[in-house]
Amino acid sequence: MLDRSRNSAVVAEMQKRNVSGSSSKLAAAKVTIAGCGGLGTNISLALARIGVGQITLIDFDQVELSNLNRQQFKFNQVGMAKVVAMKENLQEVNPFVTVKAIKERVTLQNIAQLFQDADIICEAFDDPAAKAMLLENVTTIFPDKPLVMASGMAGIHSANAIKTRKILPNVYLAGDGKSKGTEGLMAPRVTICAGHEANMIVQLILGIEDLN
Amino acid sequence: MVTVNGEEVAVAGTSIATLLTQRNAPVSNLAVELNGKIVPRSDFANVLLKENDKVEIISFVGGG
Repeated sequence: MLDRSRNSAVVAEMQKRNVSGSSSKLAAAKVTIAGCGGLGTNISLALARIGVGQITLIDFDQVELSNLNRQQFKFNQVGMAKVVAMKENLQEVNPFVTVKAIKERVTLQNIAQLFQDADIICEAFDDPAAKAMLLENVTTIFPDKPLVMASGMAGIHSANAIKTRKILPNVYLAGDGKSKGTEGLMAPRVTICAGHEANMIVQLILGIEDLN
Repeated sequence: MVTVNGEEVAVAGTSIATLLTQRNAPVSNLAVELNGKIVPRSDFANVLLKENDKVEIISFVGGG
């Protein structure tokens, strides 16, 4: 990681196309992403590019060949821990953001500690039971932290079926809500859903809520 | 009547657990919101639905 304050001209140039006035708020933000697969790698890449200051990645798993059709890993990273590989990829793209890599499975026992310092929590799991568990526990333990989630991005159905809805005072849900992963998961549609989550996270960082 | 995912259902007096069983809903993959608040799954058998309650069953699918 490189120091922003010693490279301010370079950082400024990297932020030149960001929406006016957004960059300082993005740099101050801490986002924790639960899951570093199709959703998590795409979301974290978008957030790193625009300069979200601290991105924490949590995933217990390793990179596999079958991940490469949608996850932002490289062929030569197969076998690496996902969070380690993605941290490398993010730092290559933007050395001025802080990336924390946590190789752990999210459980009831570690939720409080894992998400304690996040401004915004992003759910990017594959397993629907883990999604349900995270929703239930985050709304109980951290009722004031925004939670952005996703469900339903499989197949080759319409891209227009992927939406973002607000389902609770601090909970936003992206996806089409129904297409199951067993149908097949492919980069275009998964990236759209990840884009929905990333866009919602950025809106929340900037104090906007536009779901029209 | 209780509103469940926007539809009126005559389930006042039954527990959330019973409601989910009636709908064949896979309990591990869902969360339940009752009148705007998430109900912990440990309470599903204890919480009884009342007249005019609003229930949202938030079902998740795999993939991500």
